Amino acid sequence: MLDASEGYTTADGRKIGGVVMEMKNITLRFGGVTAITDISFDIREGEIRAIIGPNGAGKSSMLNVISGFYVPQEGEVWFRGAKRPQMKPYEVARQGIARTFQNIALFEGMSVLDNVMTGRLTHMKTGLLSQAIWKGKAEEEETANREVAEKVIDFLEIQHIRKTPVSRLPYGLKKRVELARALAAEPKLLLLDEPMAGMNVEEKEDMSRFILDVNDEFGTTIALIEHDMGVVMDLSDRVVVMDYGKKIGDGSPDEVRNNQDVIDAYLGVAHD
Amino acid sequence: MIYREAGDFSTTYPQDSQTFPIKFDRYRYYVVLAFAFLVVPFLINDYWANAILLPFLIYAIAAIGLNILTGYCGQVSLGTGGFMAVGAYACYKLMTAFPDVSMFIHVILAGFITAAVGVVFGLPSLRIKGFYLAVATLAAQFFLVWLFNRVSWFYNYSASGQINAPERDTFGILITGPNATAWATYLFCLIFCTASAIIARNLTRGTLGRSWMAIRDMDIAAEIIGVNPLKAKLTAFAVSSFFVGISGALFFAIYLGAVEVGEVFGITKSFLVLFMVIIGGLGSVFGSFAGAAFLVLLPVALKVVGADMLGWPTDIVAHFQLVIVGALIIFFLIVEPHGLAQLWRLAKEKLRLWPFPH
Repeated sequence: MLDASEGYTTADGRKIGGVVMEMKNITLRFGGVTAITDISFDIREGEIRAIIGPNGAGKSSMLNVISGFYVPQEGEVWFRGAKRPQMKPYEVARQGIARTFQNIALFEGMSVLDNVMTGRLTHMKTGLLSQAIWKGKAEEEETANREVAEKVIDFLEIQHIRKTPVSRLPYGLKKRVELARALAAEPKLLLLDEPMAGMNVEEKEDMSRFILDVNDEFGTTIALIEHDMGVVMDLSDRVVVMDYGKKIGDGSPDEVRNNQDVIDAYLGVAHD
Repeated sequence: MIYREAGDFSTTYPQDSQTFPIKFDRYRYYVVLAFAFLVVPFLINDYWANAILLPFLIYAIAAIGLNILTGYCGQVSLGTGGFMAVGAYACYKLMTAFPDVSMFIHVILAGFITAAVGVVFGLPSLRIKGFYLAVATLAAQFFLVWLFNRVSWFYNYSASGQINAPERDTFGILITGPNATAWATYLFCLIFCTASAIIARNLTRGTLGRSWMAIRDMDIAAEIIGVNPLKAKLTAFAVSSFFVGISGALFFAIYLGAVEVGEVFGITKSFLVLFMVIIGGLGSVFGSFAGAAFLVLLPVALKVVGADMLGWPTDIVAHFQLVIVGALIIFFLIVEPHGLAQLWRLAKEKLRLWPFPH
């Protein structure tokens, strides 16, 4: 196992830093159902970490634990070197964790720009009174944050739909807007829940490109859930494999690919 | 075409995020403001003030308030009448307790008191949504009316149980009581109405407005992006009640002069303001004005056309109004839930391309 403080160098020569987030012996139960059983893994600075597994393996539940929707019955979540107390999701967001959803969760009544600007909410601090007056502090803050939002819009190539209401956009673009919203928060850790679900090959390639670019240019640490094995193996530096709520594999894509438990989980195994 | 946006470029972000990014719109807005402030006060008479302009301005403030809560934050409220009553009674108590203080201060303070009451009745919104919240605010409506009817401290132990606005002035100009002039009352309401609209617009285009709309559109995603739902909902209740309180204070002190709470601020008032917001357009400041204008002008127009021109009996005209409003509500809910404001936007979009839509 790797040391917590030290990093490693990836095959393509990127330097991966120390541990950003560490899940220690997480167990999550819903009534009698145990969704996650005693899982531990870490996410390191600057890496792309994939969580894979068959349907119902507990991947999304894991993401929901990280983003604060679910509170695990056992185990600890460590973020940036400190144990995280029990938190509401919006407090988790303020710590610098942003995410996208499996089923798009955009604000349908708002324009693309407003959606991306909601990603800046955690960075905006002016009070009610100065917002009511607008001129001065509120306007300055709005402009400063608009610049960040516009950079993200530029980066993801959605300038042309900036003022379009989200409800009028096709699926692929909505996925991209949702990524933009998460990126606008300038997260320290970005969680992507099936960013490529329901896309065709071309859209998947675009999305993969964006994910790699985000990691490359902003140095964002990314944890993603994905079903497309080709994509996962190409994109990610390290992979966690889950099955029936248990961790059955953890390591580089090559290690995982040759892990017997993983092969059994995906291809099935003869019961004799 | 009179409507041009060609050659109108925004070169900075503040320019792009202003209320009227198109020059033509901006100048029209200035002209309307100048007309309302500089011309109308010289033309106004008692009939215009009492039949049309005062109710329009006051209902517009109430509609802006309800629109912030329902249209922007997505929290349905049927307690508008009750909150207007809070504003009215707060204003009355302040007017009688501190007769020397300017009416401006009284009305604004009445707004703040209503905001505090609104926050208290907004607390259930943290747990319940939709219809259930509507019923909870309905409870606020009935409770508040009952309270002002039963506790005689609120109406200074007067024998009739009514509250009457004593004569008060601001900057030496009489604006309440029977001797107040039409232009003074009009200007007083206009100032509040303009300020309310500008504040509402500033709040809704900024951080706070975005967190309200995020809660309205998808509360789970809002929370994950960093919106504190408790804070967003309660500020929406506070700001909304603030405006509704101001409108209640003006409705009592400036417009009516005397109020019997169950009659004036009953459940029908809540529905009237809600209809204004629905017909005008949920989630639009302009829609609040459109809705208020529509529902204030409709009875006047019907009376002029039906009773005066066609000679129908007045009771038929009055019933006719109910039928029309009811039909319109159904029409807007089905065909255009974003109301007159959205129709206006669509018309503009179509006109831009007209006569070559491709």
